Amino acid sequence: MTQTVAAPAPSRRPIGDLAFEILATAAGVLVLALLGAIIVSLFIGGLPAFRQFGVGFLTSADWDPVQQVFGAVVPIYGTIITSILALLMAVPVAFGIAFWLTELAPTWLRRPVGTAVELLAAVPSIIYGMWGFFIIVPFMGDYIQPVLIDWLGDLPLIGFLFQGPPFGTGIFTAALILAVMVIPFIAATMRDVFQTVPPVFKESAYGLGCTTWEVMRSIVIPYTSTSVVGGIMLGLGRALGETMAVTFVIGNTNRISTSLFGPGNTIASLVALEFPESPAGSLKLASLLALGFLLFVISFIVLAISRLLLRKGKVA
Amino acid sequence: MSATLSHRGPARDAVVANALSRRRQRVNFLVEALCLLATFVGLAFLALILATLLYLGFSGLSASVFTTITKPPGSHGGLLNAIIGSLIQTALGTAIGTPIGLLVGTYLSEYARGSLLGEAVRFVSDVLLSAPSILIGLFVYTVMVSPFGGFSGWAGAVALAVIVIPIVVRTTEDMLRLIPVALREAAVALGAPKWKSIVFICYRAALDGIATGVLLAIARIAGETAPLLFTSLGNLNWSLSLTQPMSSLPVTIYQYAGSAFDDWVQLAWVGALLITFGVLALNVLARIVLRPRT
Repeated sequence: MTQTVAAPAPSRRPIGDLAFEILATAAGVLVLALLGAIIVSLFIGGLPAFRQFGVGFLTSADWDPVQQVFGAVVPIYGTIITSILALLMAVPVAFGIAFWLTELAPTWLRRPVGTAVELLAAVPSIIYGMWGFFIIVPFMGDYIQPVLIDWLGDLPLIGFLFQGPPFGTGIFTAALILAVMVIPFIAATMRDVFQTVPPVFKESAYGLGCTTWEVMRSIVIPYTSTSVVGGIMLGLGRALGETMAVTFVIGNTNRISTSLFGPGNTIASLVALEFPESPAGSLKLASLLALGFLLFVISFIVLAISRLLLRKGKVA
Repeated sequence: MSATLSHRGPARDAVVANALSRRRQRVNFLVEALCLLATFVGLAFLALILATLLYLGFSGLSASVFTTITKPPGSHGGLLNAIIGSLIQTALGTAIGTPIGLLVGTYLSEYARGSLLGEAVRFVSDVLLSAPSILIGLFVYTVMVSPFGGFSGWAGAVALAVIVIPIVVRTTEDMLRLIPVALREAAVALGAPKWKSIVFICYRAALDGIATGVLLAIARIAGETAPLLFTSLGNLNWSLSLTQPMSSLPVTIYQYAGSAFDDWVQLAWVGALLITFGVLALNVLARIVLRPRT
């Protein structure tokens, strides 16, 4: 901030000034209260389930509305496995897009292609779900999964990941749709981060005869690594809580399948699907709210780490 | 890179140097090609989604979609109540969320520089920006729907407003920070109190950016489904009452797409087409608004 001019101190602050500052500060506090209210309300809502099952809620794989027994293991497993698989697919593609947009693309193409990638992020998640359900699921079931099962299903050690009938739906398909959804988020963050590298650094490397890739690998990535990881975590945060896209394609079964093509569920998809059949005040609804609380805790940790990393890298 | 130059230097080691150079060029070419491929993949997904929507949705588009409400399968219903319901809830959500977001952004940029409370508010707002929207729906369910006897349009609007706030906060703060100090000082020198310099000088100077934030927020909530499932629920009858369950386009798409009736699925595609192109148009508009006028 530049030096401010010392104004003659007014005898009293205008009443409007005080009111406006109080209003703005109150709005700021409201945001904090909002976060607190979300955590507390989900926790209180889930309390009957935590009371009934205790720690067992976190270690039980049952989800049996008839017996009134509910456990969180399967949806937590599904949430984490789909998100990680999605990141494995999305990060290389997002990196390629960001690299292309910052270093390789002709200048006149950067803006339109960058905008198109951002538009991909703007498509509502329900559209991804529908598109996945009607287009990707049949395609996976007819072409991709049978081939992969044929090729990889008999391999030792990793073969079990690729066995089972090719339904088209399942963990792998859900991860694929999630990957398409988070690619633009990660790519846009990486692009912004790559642009923060001072040109002098890159020019020095080019001056020594480095190729574009060598500049990327030896200058840009080390310089931005903290923020890049932050951007990936941001994508992970998105993937963990995505609901509609996953609900359509994951197959919705409450058991842990060893095959990637097997059905499963995630916290968000289970909540979306079971909620209409959960009467107010029931133990099932409390279990769903408890799952929501767990999802919030997981996402909060991931997003908080992401923000800290991004801020440490002085971006966003 | 296993081929290395010896200490004698490149001039005496021409063969090794050439091999190394070729290898480096090859690696570089390969990476560049893969990056181009990655960009193509990304763009192909966008093109594929839009093409699918046009192909499957356009054929079902007719005037009756906009003039008829949702009806049972086989009786030629439309989407009128869903469209109106979405418009009402999106407008209300924006109307509730924008002033709050604007004030929070103002607080962060004008009053809270360097303060601990400001840091906390900024951090929490950024976390809320990416928080799973389904949880916001569950939250509003526990505080509005379950204690006050039922699903309602108001609950839907409040859930959407919670999503709007952090988006508006982020753009408002960023834009206000770009306003030069000299402009504020000029206002102070003329004797304007701080609030007047903020409202009449800073807001005006940052109007483009703030408008962009609001447009992006509208685009975001217009397509939100998960938070509405637990709040406004959806309604297949004609109802404009905000205290009753209210229909919305995304929730109707969700119900119709998962149904077993061909005409409902067809209508779901029409709805998907409308909402996607509406949302994308808002995004493009937001970028045009923000484009520097030089």
